[in-house]
Amino acid sequence: MKKSIFVYCEQRDGVLANVSLELLGAATELSKACHHEICAVLIGHGVKALSQTLIEYGADKVYVADDAVLKHYLTEQYAQAAYHIISKYAPDIVLFPATSIGRDLAPRLSARLHTGLTADCTKLEADENGSLFMTRPAFGGNLFATIICPNHRPQMSTVRPGVMKRNEPDKSLSGEVIKVEVPFDSSRFAVELIEEKVEKTAEKPIEEAKILISVGRGMQKNLPQVKDFADSIGAEISCSRAVVDSGVLPQSRQVGQTGKTVRPQLYMALGISGAVQHLAGMGDSEFIVAINKDKNATIFGVAHLGVVGDAAEILPHLEKEIQAQKA
Amino acid sequence: MKIAVCIKQVPNTTEIKINPVTNTLIRDGVPSIINPDDKSALEAALKIKEQVGATVAVLCMGPAQAEIALREALAMGADEAYLISDRAFAGSDTLATSTIISDALKLVGFDFIVAGRQAIDGDTAQVGPQIAEHLGIPQITYCAEFDYDAEKEYFRVKRQFEDRYQILGVKSPALFTVLSGSIKPRYMNVRDIIAQDQKEITVLTYADLKCNPDNIGLNGSPTKVKSTFTKQFNSDRQLVEAEPAEAAKIIAEQLKAKHII
Repeated sequence: MKKSIFVYCEQRDGVLANVSLELLGAATELSKACHHEICAVLIGHGVKALSQTLIEYGADKVYVADDAVLKHYLTEQYAQAAYHIISKYAPDIVLFPATSIGRDLAPRLSARLHTGLTADCTKLEADENGSLFMTRPAFGGNLFATIICPNHRPQMSTVRPGVMKRNEPDKSLSGEVIKVEVPFDSSRFAVELIEEKVEKTAEKPIEEAKILISVGRGMQKNLPQVKDFADSIGAEISCSRAVVDSGVLPQSRQVGQTGKTVRPQLYMALGISGAVQHLAGMGDSEFIVAINKDKNATIFGVAHLGVVGDAAEILPHLEKEIQAQKA
Repeated sequence: MKIAVCIKQVPNTTEIKINPVTNTLIRDGVPSIINPDDKSALEAALKIKEQVGATVAVLCMGPAQAEIALREALAMGADEAYLISDRAFAGSDTLATSTIISDALKLVGFDFIVAGRQAIDGDTAQVGPQIAEHLGIPQITYCAEFDYDAEKEYFRVKRQFEDRYQILGVKSPALFTVLSGSIKPRYMNVRDIIAQDQKEITVLTYADLKCNPDNIGLNGSPTKVKSTFTKQFNSDRQLVEAEPAEAAKIIAEQLKAKHII
């Protein structure tokens, strides 16, 4: 049987998570080295229609477990479905998103399957045999470790959202959709769902923004000015942990090890000193501009363009210059 | 009712620095603390104890100096403390660690288990769910609020996701992992600090736990660390010191050249 990479494709309310497509992109990259088959695992209720999208983004096969008990995410129900599919089809590698669902489900499965699991990976590589090299930050982003799982299969990891690149969708791709009947053991469904409520946010998630203007402690008092500037160039606002800790912006805007990983076209850091935890969340941005009064600020170590100065003074000029360049 | 709380002693990672010459972590002089999420887990257990009465047992796996973390937990109000410590446990990955701790939990006994969501040194969030699976009990992770109904012996908890929450109910036995954000741990007072001195810490070793030797320690760990490194930063970079108007012009020109604007 051909060896395979399984990708757990997270969906909520029938909508695929972006990270599911990113993981298919990561699997495509791995497959260039090891030539494994790429199989999406889709678990939920009324989700079969999503299979076509997964094929367009790189899945050769889609295993679908579609059942009413899977309408809402609940650990044991989803673990039984995933366990059944993994033990039946014996993949070599399984990738999960490092979301609040993936990080609940994957460790539960790793213990049930008695295999290794590497958390929150930011880089994956494979050799021609399909041995997986999983790199992840530790010690608050100070250290990176490459982890292997030499003697147990499948090799499993959760992968940080926003890090891997999705493929360009290709409507000409075809793939096989396999419906899987899961023999559920409902005697183990001990947790009762009393209520589920989606917390709507009007704002665009920062990990999807093309341009991020990011505010540090040194600029948080100038937030209205920064917002005007961001609006003028169609950017979103993000921030460092210090700004969240002081209650100026919500945690959903935080970039870094304990916040989100972003990789925009332009990351403009204003008054951010550049703690290693922050750098871990934005160091892979395509173009980084940093403005800071302290010429020794560590943010300048990662910035493609560093400017020593007061961002509050530079921004009004910059808005005019950008308008002039656009004209 | 007995609530077991799993804690970890961790270096305060916000104070760790990199030695730029050797490219290694400088851990000397970095203080060890109770992992923040675990401290909130303990707080959640202590609140239930105050509301309905419970025995709170704290377990910590680590070397001998992890006793300091257990002493702090006792001073916060825990009733029993267990140090899980043996050379045979060294080098355990998350799966092996969870095997050891679940064997310890069987020995200590519990109605409910509370742990932090993840530790700040490893950030894996894996050990809690793996313990629950080894013990064959349900888990609820990412808990932000707890409400215990003593009459029904039933927990109602708020389980947080990125975009939503669930209210989930469960009876004993169950394992919860706790987010530090919403549950602020109490401070120790002088009386408690003195009183904890009278309490004993029970050490649990390999001989006590009867773990399967194939599933613990370095050899019993499916994952291995192949290499470690520190981040290499960008070498292709430019640093400018200029008047605000001039600096703005330089930035705008580069953004134009990169087709960003």
